[in-house]
Amino acid sequence: MNLKLKIWRQPNKDSKGGMVNYSIEDVSPDMSFLEMMDMLNEQLIKSGDDPVAFDHDCREGICGMCSMFINGEAHGPDKLITTCQLHMRKFKDGDTIAIEPFRANSFPVIKDLAVDRSSFDRIQQAGGFISINTSGNTQDANAIPIDKHNADTAFDAATCIGCGACVATCKNASAMLFVSAKVSQYALLPQGKVEATDRVLNMVNQMDEEGFGNCTNTGACEVECPKGISLENIARLNREYIWATAKG
Amino acid sequence: MSVKKVKIRFRENSNGTSSIRLNYFGGYETVNGKRKAKRLIKTLPFHLITNPVTLEQENNNKKFKIRAFKIADDWGKELNIKKINNQKFNLDSKVPSGKLSDKWTNHKSNINLVSPANKRLIDVIVVGTGLAGASASATLAELGYNVKSFCFQDSPRRAHSIAAQGGINAAKNYQGDGDSTYRLFYDTIKGGDYRSRESNVHRLAEVSTNIIDQCVAQGVPFARDYGGLLDNRSFGGVLVSRTFYAKGQTGQQLLLGAYSAMNRQIARGKIKMYNRHEMMDLVVVDGKARGIISRNLINGKIERHGAHAVVIASGGYGNVFFLSTNAMGSNVSAGWKIHKKGAFFANPCFTQIHPTCIPVSGEHQSKLTLMSESLRNDGRIWVPKRIEDVKSIRDGSLKPIDLPEEHRDYYLERRYPAFGNLVPRDVASRAAKERCDAGYGVNKTGEAVYLDFSDSILRYGKEKAHVKGLDEEDMKLVKTLGKEVVKSKYGNLFQMYEKIVDQNPYETPMMIFPAVHYTMGGVWVDYNLMTTIKGCYAIGEANFSDHGANRLGASALMQGLADGYFVLPYTIGDYLSNDIRTGKIDTSTKEFEIAENDVKSQIDKFLNNGGMNSVDYYHKKLGKIMWNQCGMSRNEKELKSAINKIKELRKDFHKNVKVPGLADEFNEQLAKAGRVADFLELGELFAKDALDRTESCGGHFREESQTPEGEAMRDDNNYTFVSAWEHRGDPSKAKLHKEQLNYEEVEIKTRSYK
Repeated sequence: MNLKLKIWRQPNKDSKGGMVNYSIEDVSPDMSFLEMMDMLNEQLIKSGDDPVAFDHDCREGICGMCSMFINGEAHGPDKLITTCQLHMRKFKDGDTIAIEPFRANSFPVIKDLAVDRSSFDRIQQAGGFISINTSGNTQDANAIPIDKHNADTAFDAATCIGCGACVATCKNASAMLFVSAKVSQYALLPQGKVEATDRVLNMVNQMDEEGFGNCTNTGACEVECPKGISLENIARLNREYIWATAKG
Repeated sequence: MSVKKVKIRFRENSNGTSSIRLNYFGGYETVNGKRKAKRLIKTLPFHLITNPVTLEQENNNKKFKIRAFKIADDWGKELNIKKINNQKFNLDSKVPSGKLSDKWTNHKSNINLVSPANKRLIDVIVVGTGLAGASASATLAELGYNVKSFCFQDSPRRAHSIAAQGGINAAKNYQGDGDSTYRLFYDTIKGGDYRSRESNVHRLAEVSTNIIDQCVAQGVPFARDYGGLLDNRSFGGVLVSRTFYAKGQTGQQLLLGAYSAMNRQIARGKIKMYNRHEMMDLVVVDGKARGIISRNLINGKIERHGAHAVVIASGGYGNVFFLSTNAMGSNVSAGWKIHKKGAFFANPCFTQIHPTCIPVSGEHQSKLTLMSESLRNDGRIWVPKRIEDVKSIRDGSLKPIDLPEEHRDYYLERRYPAFGNLVPRDVASRAAKERCDAGYGVNKTGEAVYLDFSDSILRYGKEKAHVKGLDEEDMKLVKTLGKEVVKSKYGNLFQMYEKIVDQNPYETPMMIFPAVHYTMGGVWVDYNLMTTIKGCYAIGEANFSDHGANRLGASALMQGLADGYFVLPYTIGDYLSNDIRTGKIDTSTKEFEIAENDVKSQIDKFLNNGGMNSVDYYHKKLGKIMWNQCGMSRNEKELKSAINKIKELRKDFHKNVKVPGLADEFNEQLAKAGRVADFLELGELFAKDALDRTESCGGHFREESQTPEGEAMRDDNNYTFVSAWEHRGDPSKAKLHKEQLNYEEVEIKTRSYK
């Protein structure tokens, strides 16, 4: 199939960017979206143009590196997948596809479609851990039984891949879904309860410092999340936060 | 020196054939005070007919005898030359003495320590943030060292350990099914086809239980049963349930655990994290690793980093095949750069080809996706029996579900009745290739076999109907119930398959084909995980030590975390205890300057090369050579041809590659060019190693060394060693050093799955 592409090109974070038109021919419906981008880049290299920069690594939907906003949706038109799992059979011959980076003030563009998400790392560094050293003599793993429902819910929250689709989708560029996933995982496990108060205060504080917006309960993040992280986590984050501030 | 001859012996077998054995007398040696003759014995892979009746049989015997004499002659010459050239260079693996089960405990008690006050004065560089790198960085920082961590991804959490699906082994024996440290040790040695170091594997089994305790304490949400205790599943090649898991995302959860431990140390300032930085070279000063040269991938800045020790945790080199289940960025460069600076590279040809991956869909393919080994518990693998059915399936006139049972060839169940669909990975992969090579592949390109769940769906459906008291004869109901059960077990994998292939695996069998997955080979390390460069360590998949010639499922995660959390942090102290007075490493010395200039000139060369072919053009070509000629089965002719082709390709690459863009910007093509340049060198050493090892073992199958039934045949007399290659300017000049493998605890046996 033949396609028209409109792609955001921006040489670096300080320069101005804009949409540039490209056309591409003989795209196979069995290609993944990123393989189509590879094909475009081969074409650009051949003709002496600068290939389009985009982030990608595992290409199986788990590393969270790919980050394209395709036709107005984070990770494109299909649900519960990342860009690398999107296949060209979701498009029709002759379609025009608009491709932009994940946009947010806290995700500055590095080049073209690649953005800097180190703000996410800094939020995790503020409290996304359990303070335990590696010693080899912690208590036995089965010493504390954990309610299966809680363990499963903690796991569901922990499957967040940190891609930033929630932020890119949110009209306020809020990182509440991302932060709540980590806070929930630990809040639901006995090992994480010890530091719960400090953790939620520090992580929320860092989130605000990084310039992410507030949550207005729109729920777009949940719809676009490739891992289906539930809004319930945001409710739990709010509960944890109120409880922590009350505790002081 | 007198030249010894190889003698030929014929031994009558009970089935009317005689096997041919070559006998080489290699002088005398003293064992336990007794003088013993040193003999090397080789059994040839073909037989004679003991009492030939027909002329044809007689002629065949003659032919085989001539071949046997030729082989004996060649072998004799080779051994005599080796004897003359034997320079008595011994690779010192530094395995502590004492009983196998006490070695690690004693070693830990006897090695030198660095005091807490002195640890503050010592810097350690860790390259890579997968399970091994992240766990090592976190633990070293907790101990008090100043750690600098490097990853090329935008965050340490994205390292490819994240994609591991199945689980992690540990000898906890929570299921009470007879598991023990010894059993885990034994299974791993046997699974590795007796080509791994006994002491390292035993240590791995010993610390495996600590890993699970540590991860639970960190908040890793492993699967649990209704009583709230940890659940286990079973994996290929073993008879107990010792695999801990978190659905199909065990690697993700373990890596995020190690990442959280790192984050705590980054916040404390004990780890300085360098995201989007690539290691470009190692700096060696007075024979010791003293730092690295890195490139900032955002702005292209070349930086010098000094340290008292350098740890390489950069993963495997499966991407030398271009198509693999590795991430796009996974590369050998860190390991290869230290190899060129003096670290020996061990067993490069030991590669794991995983049997259940989604087949290639076309030339555009950029990577392959794994379908977890756990699927083989419930899926049956088959191809059609008749070639005409293959044709009809390929042209679409016949649907696989319409092919009657008697026309299907469940070849694994046919060939390996005892283990059936659950034979180890190397065996399953070769069997699939055998059928496809014979023309029975079921997709357009003829490179796919079926993995069929319809029997399991019926079986589970009937069980469920019985439990619910419903009609077990109602096929529609049974199928619906069966699909629910299969969905609860493998839902996410089925969904992934459907997204990629656009076929519903609940309705039609999955198509699968083997793909490159893991590399057992890697940088040679001693018992302390130090390479042949002082102060330079290699951990996780980047080293060679624990999996021999074949890795068992759920063992890679175990090894990565064992090295990083529980082994390296102890052993590195022994070395660093001599460095407490060294002071900060000065990066203005000439060694750093030379290394930096080398890096810069390579970058300049790429950017000004003005060629006409993209980097991927070469990478794809290399991948094709590797897959076709050094892939699932190898022979002398193809390997020799591969070596020549790779040499040619490398020459062409340096002459004609085109790298667009600038040095001081985000330039993925430039980064890739450096990685592919290293793959082009590694590929040749890989083929050379495969050529040298004329036996078949584990993932390495030499067509010349097989039983009459076509099974792999090991040559324990001549190849019970680790091939450690020393760099001598060019892969073709690499020098082989051998680390003999001594098995004290286990008896070497033939692996059989019949």
